[in-house]
This record gives sequence, structure tokens and C-alpha cells, in this order.
Amino acid sequence: MYVAVKGGERAIENAHAWLAEERRGNTDIAELSIAQIREQLSLAVNRVMAEGSLYDPDLAALAIKQARGDLIEAIFLIRAYRTTLPRFGASEPLDTGIMACDRRISATFKDLPGGQVLGPTFDYTHRLLNFKLAADGEVTKAPSRDAETGNVPHVTEFLNREGLMEEAPHDDTPPPDLTREPLEMPADRALRLQALTRADEGFTLGLAYSTQRGYGRNHAFVGELRIGSVPVEMDIPELGFAVEIGEVILTECETVNQFTGSKTEPPQFTRGYGLVFGQTERKAISMALVDRALRWEELGEDNVGAPAQDAEFVLYHADNIQATGFLEHIKLPHYVDFQSELELVRKLRREAGAQQVQEAAE
Amino acid sequence: MTEYNFAYLDEQTKRMIRRAILKGLAIPGYQVPFASREMPMPYGWGTGGVQVSAAVLTPKDTFKVIDQGADDTTNAVSIRTFFQRTAGVATTTTTSDATVIQTRHRIPEEPLHEGQILVYQVPIPEPLRFLEPRESETRKMHSLEEYGLMHVKLYEDISRHGHIATSYAYPVKVEGRYVMDPSPIPKFDNPKLGDMAAIQLFGAGREQRIYALPPYTQVVSLDFEDHPFEASKADHPCGMCGATDSYLDELIIDDAGGRMFVCSDTDYCEVRQAAGHKRKDAA
Repeated sequence: MYVAVKGGERAIENAHAWLAEERRGNTDIAELSIAQIREQLSLAVNRVMAEGSLYDPDLAALAIKQARGDLIEAIFLIRAYRTTLPRFGASEPLDTGIMACDRRISATFKDLPGGQVLGPTFDYTHRLLNFKLAADGEVTKAPSRDAETGNVPHVTEFLNREGLMEEAPHDDTPPPDLTREPLEMPADRALRLQALTRADEGFTLGLAYSTQRGYGRNHAFVGELRIGSVPVEMDIPELGFAVEIGEVILTECETVNQFTGSKTEPPQFTRGYGLVFGQTERKAISMALVDRALRWEELGEDNVGAPAQDAEFVLYHADNIQATGFLEHIKLPHYVDFQSELELVRKLRREAGAQQVQEAAE
Repeated sequence: MTEYNFAYLDEQTKRMIRRAILKGLAIPGYQVPFASREMPMPYGWGTGGVQVSAAVLTPKDTFKVIDQGADDTTNAVSIRTFFQRTAGVATTTTTSDATVIQTRHRIPEEPLHEGQILVYQVPIPEPLRFLEPRESETRKMHSLEEYGLMHVKLYEDISRHGHIATSYAYPVKVEGRYVMDPSPIPKFDNPKLGDMAAIQLFGAGREQRIYALPPYTQVVSLDFEDHPFEASKADHPCGMCGATDSYLDELIIDDAGGRMFVCSDTDYCEVRQAAGHKRKDAA
């Protein structure tokens, strides 16, 4: 019994010991190091950083190791750790226009200032199992050159000059903080984007896909997808100016969406936006599509009742840590509630039975 | 453990939670939004209760945790251990010795006294949630005191089944104003909610809500004049201590489906057995 009246404490201790053993697996096999996970499972590390909302590849790698490769469990470990960290302040807004891009593609223009950079992508690989990797993972050195430096202009700016692109007015309102204030509706775009950037990748992907298949369709072009490192600057009060305190790798996706105009807006292209920690392009593109779908109201579009248009539905169900916790809590004992249901069902059955007997007698 | 602050949360967070608690006590039954934190246990496993407990615990407190009425169920053990480690507070299983009791799904049988705090873990704080899934709508309904939908639901139960078909998480009205979800306690426990000497605090972590009942608050289970509320339990005495006034769990004891009924409140049962109330099944 998993909950004997006594002995729960010992059962938990034993379960933890067994779990630790299972995590390690066969001890004849060399143990994974944090550095190995960080270097060789870097996309898993990126996902854990993105959905854990904490940029620290080593801690994310540790969490993956501890979680036996269960990424949602690893994200949970990072979130729980993140809560305990003191806050020194906020950085200056990042400028992705000066990103040192490893990858930068546009699906809307064949060529553009700054050029197209394919970067380390799976896109054109043939998905054939590489059995050579099972034997040894040695690689030949890829040709290299320095990253483009300086300004890499955003594609949407070119469209903007022609007035074809929806304006994104400058706004200095401090964004709300999802991790410090309870999520309340209606949520403005800054808050929605904040929730989406840490949202579950699978959930976001499914929603984005649903918009492509017609549930709130807003045909999206990838105006631009860029991945690279961006410096983080912070204003130091003692100095009176901002200094660079490090850099983060980000994936940014801007979609350009068809828009034939509404009662309030002229025909033009509209924007969807995705920005996610690390190389996480599936998530960033999904985020941009869902962001665009959620903007129906401010663009004066019709609500066609699609799930991706429903901010309350999307935002309250996108967090995998909330979802997995509540889902899995049904493993906890519920015998008190179940007992009261048992009694109710028995009572209703008794009465229904008595009624039938009476009807038969009549 | 020295890496973490007393009772795990940092002082700013505890202050934010205490403010929500005070607001909740000032407006009994009203759901106060609060910036729930990620805790090192999963959402849905008592994170709301844990945050409320962390905010009210002091080093001098004596802490008790029950789940389904029992001190030794796995999650109760886990939460008690958490506060032993992070707050170093004294713990107990004796209801009358505890100053803070965190509970899931039960109210102890023994009446609580002044100075005690009962902290409930709440999964879905919104009593109207399964009638209206949108938070923006239900908040409006509460502010307009628009509870017709709930009464219609209860009425439909009666017309269909002859009874109100809600056996736990049975909705209550607080001081004639807010309809409140008492958390999934069996309706047997509902009469204990009102006029209680202890402070009752409700924490819903995932849903980011805190609500409260100050001592001696009027709490009425919703009903109709011709279908009055009735607290129910299994019609048996406890197989261990013989109590006839306690809520009972049903155990299946053999392959033939033989059954036994025992107190869900383990402390209540043990105290009675120690006082000489024993039945044939008692160890």
C-alpha cells in the first residue's frame, strides 16, 4: 500500500533512494557530466532555460541530469530554484538589432542587408539515422568566419518605410512582471508575450499549428528568424551609466501576416512576435503565430472562437509546471472525497431502486 | 539548512502573502489574487497552503499537517518534513497542541481553539468555476453578488436526483455576502466552518488566490427551505475506536470485498483508543 496508516515516512525515503539509483543507471557505464550535457544536449538545455525562465546553461544541465532527462521535471527544478534568487534590478531593454547572428533567415526576401545566414540548422538534413554516431562522434571541422558585427536591420523595418507594415509605437510603460504579480485578465500584449515565452513548447506549437489549419487563420510569413548573442546591459546607480554585464543567446522571430483591413485599421501587414532564450526556433515561431492570433481585438478582427484567439484559455493553460502539477496531483489520496461520493451514489441508487420496485408494484 | 530563509520564502514574499491574508480576513470569503511563487513541490500538491503556512509560521509555532485527516499520508509527511527542514519548527500530530495546522480535504474532529490557525490547501478556489470556466466572468459574478446560476444548479440536482448531488467541496455563503468554496472537504465538515474559534486561511497556489475566515464567522451551506443541508457520513461506528460522530474512511480488507470503516482523523482515533475506547478490530 502506498499509504499505509503508518510508515509513509519510510516509504518516501526508500522511494527517494531507489529513484537516485535508477537515475544513475548501470554503474558500469560512465557517468554523464554536467559539461557533457551542456555541450552535447544543448537544445534540451536551451528549452529548460527558456521555459524555466532562467538563463544558466550549467544549472539547466544539472537539472536535466537530476531529472533523468525529463525536461518538464528539469524546468520545474529550475523554476523552484529561480524563486529563491534575490533580485538586484532589471537590465536595460535588449537590442536584438545588434545581435551577433549565428543564423538569420528571411522567408519574405531573397536577399537583404546583413544577408541570409543558414547557421547550424537541422532544416536540410536528411533524417536518416547516422549509425556512425553510435560508434564514434568525431566531426570534421566546419569552415568558419567571424560573425557579422554591427547593426543587422530587422526586415520589418524595410516594410515599415513603405507604410505597408503595421506601426509598432514606441512605448516606455514598464512591462508587468508575471513572476511577481498574479496573472489577471485582460492581459496586455507585454504580459501575453511574457507568458508565451515561458509557455510549454508542445502546447504553443499545437496552438500555432491550429491557426495554420484554419482555427483563427492569419497566414504568417517568417519575415525574419534570427539566432545569436546579444549583450545585456544594466544601469549601475553608483556609476550613473549602463555597463555590459554579459550576453545571452536568443532566438527572435518576427512574422509578417496578411491583413486585409478591418473597421479600424487599413489593409497592411501585421506583426507576430516571438523571443525565446537559447536556440529554440520551433518555440519562437510558434510564439509569434500565437501572439498574432491573440491580437485579434486590438486589430479589430472578428473573434471566430478559435482556441488560439482566446487569451484566457491560452494563458491559463500554457504553463507546463502548473499543468503538470495539477494533472499529477490526482495521484494523491482522495479517499475522503471519494468516500463522500460513494455514499451519495449508494444513496441515489437505493432510492432509484426503491422507486422502480414501487412502479412495478403499481 | 542555512541556504534558505526561515520557512523557505524570502521576507518580501512573505510580506506580500501576509498582506493578501490580511485583506482576505478583512473581506471574509473574498478571493484575493496574490503573486504565488513556484515552490519546490508541484502545483496541485499544496503549494498554496505551503505558502500561507510559510507566511504565518514563527519559530515558536508547533506545526501539524494532515492529508485526508491523517498525519502519516505521504504528502502530509512530505510537507511536514519540508517545514522541519526549512523552518526548524516543532511538529506534532496532536490537534490540540498545534498552533498551525495545514490540511488537505478535512477539518479535524476535535474542535479548534482560539490562537490556532487552520490552513487549507485549495485546488480550485472558484465555487462557480464548473458553472462558468472564465475567470473574468466569475469575478464579475462575485462583485455583482450574482449567484443565481449556483442556485439553479442546486435546484436542477434536486429535480433530477431528489438531492443536491454535491458531496464534497460543498459551496457556502460567508456572512451573507460571498459564495465560497470550502476546498474539497466532505460536506460532513461544513458545519465546522462557521463560528470556529480558530482562524481559517485558504491558499490556492496554482490559481494564485488566498481567502480567509476570521474567527467566529457566519458560514452557511447553500440549501433550500424544503431541502435543508444535511451533513452526512457512513452509517457505522469506527471499527477501531467505536466513535459514531467522526468522518469515516472505508477500507476493503479482503478479496471477498469485506469492508471496515475507520476514522479518517487519525489523531482523533488514536486519542480515543488511548482513552480506552477499543473495538474488536483495534490492534
